Amino acid sequence: MIDISESVMQFLLALIVVGPLLGAVAALLPAPPGLKGTSPEQAVLRHGVTVTGAILLAAIVLALGFDHGHPSRMQATTDISWIPALDVRIHLGIDGISLPLVVLTALLTFLCALYSYFNMPAGPSPKAFVALLLVLESGTLATFAVLDLLLFFLAFETVLIPMYFLIARWGGEGRTRAAWRFILFTLLGSVVMLLGLLLIGIKAGTFDMVALATDNGRSLTASVQVIAVLAIGIGLAVKTPMWPLHSWLPDAHTAAPTVGSVMLAGVLLKMGTYGFVRILLPVAPDGFRTFAPYLAALAVVGIIYGSLACLNLAKRGARGDLKRLIAYSSVGHMGFVLLGIATMTPTGVNGALFANIAHGLITGLLFFLVGGLKDRTGTTDLDTLSESTGAALYGKAPRLGGLLAFAAVASLGLPGLAGFWGEMLALFGAFEPAAGLSRPAFLTFMAIAAFGTLLIAAYMLAVVRRVCMGAVPQDAPRLADVRTYEFAAWTPLVVLTVVAGLWPRALLGLTDPAVQQLLAGGTR
Amino acid sequence: MSALAAQPLAANLVQSVDWLAIAPPTLTAVVGLAVLIADLFVPETRKPLLGWVSVAGLAAAAALLLPLLDHDRSTFCLNGAPRACSYTADRFTLVVQFLVLGGALLTALLSLTALKDGRSRYPQGEFWFLLLSSAAGAALLPASRDLATLIVALEVASLPAFALVGIRHGDRRSSEAALKFFLSSVTATAVSLMGVSFVYVTTGSLYLTQVADRIQHVDGQLHTLAQTGVVLTLVGFAFKTAAVPFHFWVPDTYVGAPLPIASYLSVVGKAVGFSGLILVTVVAFPSYADVWGPALAVLAALTMTVGNVAALRQQATRAYSAVRLLAWSSVGQAGYLLVPIAAAGYTEDARKTVGSTVAYALMYAAVNLGAFAVAALVARTRHLNRVSDYRGLYASNPLTALLLAFFLLCLAGLPPGVIGLFAKVTVFSTAVDAGLGWLAVVMAVNVVIALYYYLQWATLLFRAPEGEPAQHALPAPLTAALALTGALGIALSGAPQLVLRFAGTGLF
Repeated sequence: MIDISESVMQFLLALIVVGPLLGAVAALLPAPPGLKGTSPEQAVLRHGVTVTGAILLAAIVLALGFDHGHPSRMQATTDISWIPALDVRIHLGIDGISLPLVVLTALLTFLCALYSYFNMPAGPSPKAFVALLLVLESGTLATFAVLDLLLFFLAFETVLIPMYFLIARWGGEGRTRAAWRFILFTLLGSVVMLLGLLLIGIKAGTFDMVALATDNGRSLTASVQVIAVLAIGIGLAVKTPMWPLHSWLPDAHTAAPTVGSVMLAGVLLKMGTYGFVRILLPVAPDGFRTFAPYLAALAVVGIIYGSLACLNLAKRGARGDLKRLIAYSSVGHMGFVLLGIATMTPTGVNGALFANIAHGLITGLLFFLVGGLKDRTGTTDLDTLSESTGAALYGKAPRLGGLLAFAAVASLGLPGLAGFWGEMLALFGAFEPAAGLSRPAFLTFMAIAAFGTLLIAAYMLAVVRRVCMGAVPQDAPRLADVRTYEFAAWTPLVVLTVVAGLWPRALLGLTDPAVQQLLAGGTR
Repeated sequence: MSALAAQPLAANLVQSVDWLAIAPPTLTAVVGLAVLIADLFVPETRKPLLGWVSVAGLAAAAALLLPLLDHDRSTFCLNGAPRACSYTADRFTLVVQFLVLGGALLTALLSLTALKDGRSRYPQGEFWFLLLSSAAGAALLPASRDLATLIVALEVASLPAFALVGIRHGDRRSSEAALKFFLSSVTATAVSLMGVSFVYVTTGSLYLTQVADRIQHVDGQLHTLAQTGVVLTLVGFAFKTAAVPFHFWVPDTYVGAPLPIASYLSVVGKAVGFSGLILVTVVAFPSYADVWGPALAVLAALTMTVGNVAALRQQATRAYSAVRLLAWSSVGQAGYLLVPIAAAGYTEDARKTVGSTVAYALMYAAVNLGAFAVAALVARTRHLNRVSDYRGLYASNPLTALLLAFFLLCLAGLPPGVIGLFAKVTVFSTAVDAGLGWLAVVMAVNVVIALYYYLQWATLLFRAPEGEPAQHALPAPLTAALALTGALGIALSGAPQLVLRFAGTGLF
């Protein structure tokens, strides 16, 4: 949109990846004179807001400077040799697929830092909290920006330790167990993924994603592709998460602090689906085609399973936890993303990428809201919240109730909001899958997934009914309504949800050319 | 070559010796002897001086590696064609010698504090003499290019180590550990010697290059004998590497030995083992790759699994559990070290593949010695050295705790331990490249198991301390050791190429 010279763009992208890391180191050091603030805690939390804000600013400038006329071209590329022995290059670059994810990550991290500045989760010193949040940001941004398989693996692994500590140290009940489950599941997946990445790199002779994508699997035999897709797919599927590898997710979400849940759902899960699109689709298309029907089947099972689990949790007397419910709904939503990818069509993959972003916005907002609710009522247990008639949030805190209802409705995919387009396009993709994939099978998947949308609507409305509606008892204390900082943290997500819903072209115009090219044989 | 050309006439009668080439191990041994003699004349109050002399000697020996960098040198050669030498200083030798001397130097730094704390219980002169002679033997081993020198070097490295393990006066556990170590090690060496004799019988030579040549044309009748010889020769070196099933001595010996000696065994002892294994397999018996390749692959899988599972089962509150955990984890790490050697049995370019072992060993040496340095620090105030004693270390010594966490994550192979991650990646890639998919999968599972106990320990450091946190005062030598290993680990994480370059190129 605006013309920025290539070298500035390169610098911006490098800054986005490295900046948070430097910020994390700085967070551990004592504050310099003049920046001491009212207390060391306040100073370091403010440092977090400043750094993530600067990164967000850089990301926005990067998005403005991005050549929107050619979103399929890798832009702001840096390519430096780092470890010649392993043929690892520091190869960075963004195209229409990664740009939205980079901006989303920078935005969500900034909102998280802002939120914790006013509402620091209970736990040890904020110093470590800010440092870990920044390392987490660096790892996720690097995942979306790197174009080298081993570097991708490094970035993929970087997020594990900070997320582990965020859950284990600042989390709620059952946090130790949940943190262990999170890290062991993901690590087991990612070492298997490493084997697949090495197989591809060794057989094809390069770890460069651009070169591999241009090659489009021509230098890999069918059996290598099948093994590599299986190995890498398992690693990515654990992260996404795909049924039946999802069992770490509900625990992690329930135990994590609000900010941790937002980052986990909003950003970390996207790393899995991004890997599917960026690595598996273009690099090993034949291997992917072999597994696409199975992936689609598991995705559809995930949709139905997640929805049924949510319905069960939303039932009266089930002692369902609201955070756990949203976690299970994530399994369902990510099922749509996987179904879209499995169709191997531009429509489906575009839908998947759109749903990815929409899920990050909406579920991030939902976790923020539930966190706010927990701060006020001290619980996320649906039965305790709603007692006999309903929690009557509309009466007690009308704005909070309204926002919650908005997020729930967005999550169920109401047309006009962000949740709608992605899932609809994924279903469209399944209606006519790529050549070589069985159409009847995908039609069946589509029918089941469409039924899943009904289930999602059912449990989301049940949640709205039980939490937002109900009679306000006379003597009930009014809950504090949405505070200013909460407005500041949540409004961007609400606005973007509406914008993406009303103007999907803004996003699809970016992803579509890149996806077309990726499926046709690599990036230019 | 140059030595031969210079003295064509006297060549048949007098062996010319390239003193510069053999300087590093020689200097180490000479300083050792000097310290032993000086011990007789130095008054009791000046004894710490001996330690500093030894440290200086080791540093000088390591510095003497620098002039050897320009080209390969050989000495103690057979005259005439075919040329065969007993001592070669090529890239492989220099890298392993650097590892050995550096490891010994860091051990010496740790020992300075240990000797100062327990002055009455250690005979100082003997301690430094034994450490230096063992280091000299370990430095000689990677340069040896005939089977006799190899065995002699192995023994020179091992015998002082037995004495070092049992050096604490009036400590029953220490002498018991030494005896256990001694008996099992001697058995292994005896087996190795038998293997060497079988090989000698079948080939008529002890020089590795000649053995490699002649063992391909062994008489059909002697074929089984040659095969047995190959396998038996490996046993002694597998023992030093602490590969399963030759690992049972490790935990008790590590716990019984003074802590610096345990760190020495875990790094230098392993370097001795794997460099011997590399020389014997890749240089001497390349044509028997179908025998040792699968054997080492199975050994590697067993070693890492047994080591990691045993480390996982350690209870944090048991006495000496920190050292026990490090001991078992070192067994697990030995398994990773064996993977590229096993993979070398399956590839065309075996000499290139084993470079990954050397690269991994360099990473492992730096971070493992670092972890031992922190353990030595904590052991000064908490003598039982349990893992639970590390709880709340961050509250009292933040920098030390951060370093230990970093070392443990390097050993686990997770960022921010970038070098640990990429060292594991090179090992993985040799296995994948050699088509050893099953071994790569076994290793992948092991990496996850290992992460569990390393991370458990690392998180303990940042928990709130129970009761009053013990403030650990940092003596200068320990600080130096920590700073050195920490700086190495961090520098390598930024520029992994520094060690990984050995994985990409042939070392011989």
